[in-house]
Amino acid sequence: MAVTTQPKLDTERLRADFAVFDELVNGKPVAYLDSAASTQKPRQVLDVMRDFYEHSYANVHRGVYRLAERATTGYETARRKVAAYVNAPSEREVIFTRSATESLNLVAYAWGLDNLGEGDVVVVTDLEHHSSFVPWQYVAGRTGAAFRVIPIDEAGELRLDALEEIERDGNVKVVASNLVSNALGTVNPIQALSSWAHERGAIMVVDAAQAAPHRRLDVQALDCEFLALSSHKMCGPTGIGALWGRRELLEAMSPFNLGGEMIRSVSAERTTWNELPYKFEAGTPAIAEAVGFGAAVDYVSEVGLDAIAQHEQELVEYTLERLAELPWIETYGPPPARRAGIVSLNVEGVHPHDVAQVLDWEGVAVRAGHHCTQPLMTKLGVSATIRASFYLYSIREEVDRFVEGLDRAKKSLG
Amino acid sequence: MSEFDQLYRELILDHYKNPRNHGLLEPADAHAEGQNPLCGDELAVTVRFGDGDVIEEIGFDGRGCAISQAATSMLSDLVKGRTAEHVAAMPSQELLDELGIPLTPVRLKCAILGLGVLKLALHKAKGTPLPEEWGTSSRDLVLE
Repeated sequence: MAVTTQPKLDTERLRADFAVFDELVNGKPVAYLDSAASTQKPRQVLDVMRDFYEHSYANVHRGVYRLAERATTGYETARRKVAAYVNAPSEREVIFTRSATESLNLVAYAWGLDNLGEGDVVVVTDLEHHSSFVPWQYVAGRTGAAFRVIPIDEAGELRLDALEEIERDGNVKVVASNLVSNALGTVNPIQALSSWAHERGAIMVVDAAQAAPHRRLDVQALDCEFLALSSHKMCGPTGIGALWGRRELLEAMSPFNLGGEMIRSVSAERTTWNELPYKFEAGTPAIAEAVGFGAAVDYVSEVGLDAIAQHEQELVEYTLERLAELPWIETYGPPPARRAGIVSLNVEGVHPHDVAQVLDWEGVAVRAGHHCTQPLMTKLGVSATIRASFYLYSIREEVDRFVEGLDRAKKSLG
Repeated sequence: MSEFDQLYRELILDHYKNPRNHGLLEPADAHAEGQNPLCGDELAVTVRFGDGDVIEEIGFDGRGCAISQAATSMLSDLVKGRTAEHVAAMPSQELLDELGIPLTPVRLKCAILGLGVLKLALHKAKGTPLPEEWGTSSRDLVLE
């Protein structure tokens, strides 16, 4: 048996990159356990963006002057970094969008409206974020396609045995699933879903917003048609995300937003579209944000995705161990080996909002709510959960403070 | 006083743990349901009128945080004996004064959920137009 040594994260050194950890909330250092919603930003990313604005900023693609050239180079270099990050066969297949949500809407509208109709079936999962669930639900409604949902089992994992029944409802054309559930942390079997989809002539659309920060992504190994990711969940700025898609599909698709860089020529009689990837990038893009996204890719890659995944799994194991001491806690989701750095739970007799309020007074930042996954909350039979989520800068002391806060909330309100 | 005691003062905890007018009335003269989209909390309110559209009985049910549950419980006591017209125009500040706790913008939504649902029930029952700022969407997505 080969002995593999996992590189350990030096969290103390990494935390020094994030000024926010010097911040006091209620006189206490902030324990930021809401990275699944958005991560904090390291100095390295902020420096690159500031430097870009101060030395290389202009609009992209048009100007013949030196600054415009630098800006365009910065923007296109960022695209190459994102392409490499997801192991895309070509950087022309990487489209910058506003967010993973916009990426998923792009596919649902630009591919879905032209390719779906009555007799077709769109398949999503119980674990989807609203951003993956609702665009397909909407486009199915617009085109007359059936909309079906893969259910979960008690551990919060997809019940692939249900696929057999789903396919009886018509021609399966799309399967859309997240790679990592933002609410439970479940890691979904995308390759199995891709094979199933392809055997039926369907496309596989992957929402990797929650996976991209935490594990190696390889669109070729996942064998999907489209994959969406977001910068702000992986140390980068907000306002920028990306869509990777197979070139032949992107080329055959209608455009999504119209105007600006996506145009080749316009006349009153005929308008033609630019080549990939610009065909899908209407209007002036978020230029400095793209550059920041590229810097975030560099930062996260340098820290090391395997080490990040390992670090988060250790934190999940530790958290679940600590929570097992508390009989009035109900946790949701699969065992640590099959989940990313997310722990979703409820305190018996205390509403998640009240728990989060008590935690805030202790300087512990967690999310309480439905996490934009209302169908999943309905399945779990709850209106909301408390979610603690980890990243490369999270430490055990923060977990301890979280668990102590839960105890305080239970004692005072339960 | 600690932050905990300010927000979860005794009266609030009492209403939360022993909600007044809990449970839906059947039959009822007015009925409405509502959600807090932030947290998925749900609330239903029912009302029976006496002479002159005075709110004689009120009952509510739902799930929500201590603030939303306590606020709705206190509201239910507050509005009894008032006319539908009066309550439909009641400023939320009156309820907030009654609660008497410091609220962040997010928790404010928890506190006034019950009042919003009650007003909706009254407007529906009386056929009066909903306040413009509610701007409800008439083209919700419904799949067969």
